[in-house]
Amino acid sequence: MARFAFRRLAAALLTVALVVSITFVLAHLAPGEPMLADAERFHVDPARVARVRAEFGLDRPLATQYAMYLGNAIRGNLGESFTMRRPAVALLLERFPHTALLAGAALLIAFAAGIAVALVQATRPGSWTDALLSGATLAFHSTPTFWLGLILLVVCAQWLGWLPVGGMTTPVEHQAMGAMGRMLDVGRHLVLPALTLALVQTAEIARYQRGALLDALGSEFVRAARAKGLAERAVLVRHALRSALAPVVTLAGMSVPALLAGSVLVESVFGWPGMGRLTRDAIVSRDYNLILAAAVASAVLVALGNLVADLAAHALDPRTTL
Amino acid sequence: MTAGLVAPSPTPWRQAWSRFARRWPAVLGLGAVLLIVLAALLAPAIAPHDPLAMPDPVGLRAAPPSWPHLLGTDAFSRDMLSRLLYGARVSLAVGIASALIAVLLGGAVGFAAGLGSPAVDALLMRGVDVALALPRVFILLAALALWDDVPLGAIILLIALTGWFGVSRLVRSHVRRLAAEPWAAATTALGGGRRRMMRHLLPHVAATIIVSATLDIGNIILLEAGLSFLGLGLGPPTPTWGNMILEGRDLLFTAPWVALTPGLALTVTVIAFNLVGDGLRDALDPRAVARSAAGGVA
Repeated sequence: MARFAFRRLAAALLTVALVVSITFVLAHLAPGEPMLADAERFHVDPARVARVRAEFGLDRPLATQYAMYLGNAIRGNLGESFTMRRPAVALLLERFPHTALLAGAALLIAFAAGIAVALVQATRPGSWTDALLSGATLAFHSTPTFWLGLILLVVCAQWLGWLPVGGMTTPVEHQAMGAMGRMLDVGRHLVLPALTLALVQTAEIARYQRGALLDALGSEFVRAARAKGLAERAVLVRHALRSALAPVVTLAGMSVPALLAGSVLVESVFGWPGMGRLTRDAIVSRDYNLILAAAVASAVLVALGNLVADLAAHALDPRTTL
Repeated sequence: MTAGLVAPSPTPWRQAWSRFARRWPAVLGLGAVLLIVLAALLAPAIAPHDPLAMPDPVGLRAAPPSWPHLLGTDAFSRDMLSRLLYGARVSLAVGIASALIAVLLGGAVGFAAGLGSPAVDALLMRGVDVALALPRVFILLAALALWDDVPLGAIILLIALTGWFGVSRLVRSHVRRLAAEPWAAATTALGGGRRRMMRHLLPHVAATIIVSATLDIGNIILLEAGLSFLGLGLGPPTPTWGNMILEGRDLLFTAPWVALTPGLALTVTVIAFNLVGDGLRDALDPRAVARSAAGGVA
């Protein structure tokens, strides 16, 4: 186990290092040096330009710059946001809890709904219900997340007036609320974005779990459980479902990339103040350091998710060595 | 049944086609795909208006559907139906071309790893392992944000270059499995080199490749639309379904049809490609169907 964990950790670090290198290359492909592109046009004193270049190490050879960049990245320094004049990593860390809340809620909804749908389908394979639910999961699997969010916004927030149109809290009132009221307020704002992010994942999980459940129901151990006279319900829940549920942690770990990518779109639709919206704002204002830092941060989170997935898979079945 | 004894048995591809044609969702998907491709190809001929023309930015601003403008107009009085038809060209071009390039790249690497020496195999597959863990969307965001207006070819290439890892793994394991079979060993015993081996394996692996390419097209179309929605990719005024939804977002509460129709077009297109992909998978790999059917009945 220790050796396996060590190897997976090494692979994860390698991936993150690769992403840092890619961002370095991308930063140097960017047209012009961000801060100095307009220096000539605005007649900035050449001595001053040279000083700034020296300060940011832009006058050193590329290899030296790369080493500096890597060294800084290891120490958690990914440069400063051009627009907000603050360290990019600090900005991302500030928003991380909000994204974690959104993604966590989405994941919970997705697993609960996905497994429920799969259970309904797998107990009546080939029926109309099965076909209908398969059609529905295919449709959600094929729907653009951000568009689904906009539709939910129009229907639930505008037409029905049930839920707030965006943000994470009610602007002024939130300050005046008690602890319980604040939690409820955030909860109300969380419903639509979490549902949007969850729906696409639900489809994915339902499609996967339906197959896993059908496989389990056709297996020897289920036949054995039936042969010893267990009620169908007990066979389903205690035997088939349990074996189909085993990879849930693995699946959760592997859904990190989709959740992060989805959060960029969903958070921009609902104005949810997380890492995703920060990334989107950085794209709009071409805040390059912040975009690259977001890429590195996502690589770290994806690597962590994969690590959890691999370790869980290994713990469940030590034969998996990858 | 008796006819099968007399008539020559149909080729595997013909059998696959008849299995495909027996599934109505697959046929429906194929019909829809052909219709959408046709509409995109014929856009200049069938679009009722110029997709960039702004006839009356004040009077026709975000007008609801009417006879001259069947799907209404957008914030600049441009005809939505015409923009939708032209937008289909971008989605389909990116989806199909990127999937094709990704599959060719992944197939080549998969074959190289599957038939190569253990060292080559290990090297390639370790590399693919690392690459599979890359946060694809964020790398695309960072790369596309370099440009203000990205050429179509660059979008296609970037999506393809970040999307071939999974296919290479599939192809590699399929090649390994086939290469261990007796008839493959016979090829080697008869003096066939890697070239000959590849020629024998290709028809078998082709099924894997075709299915994964088809299923990938839908994902890529959604990916491109998402990037477009974030303002990356082909810039305005060129219509893409993604940037049409982005523009419709500002009118969401006053003129919801502007954001609605491109999203519906996306969903229908992606469903169509996925139906074809699912149908092809079932038709080209009858053993998988037999397995899942057995599981279902037992």
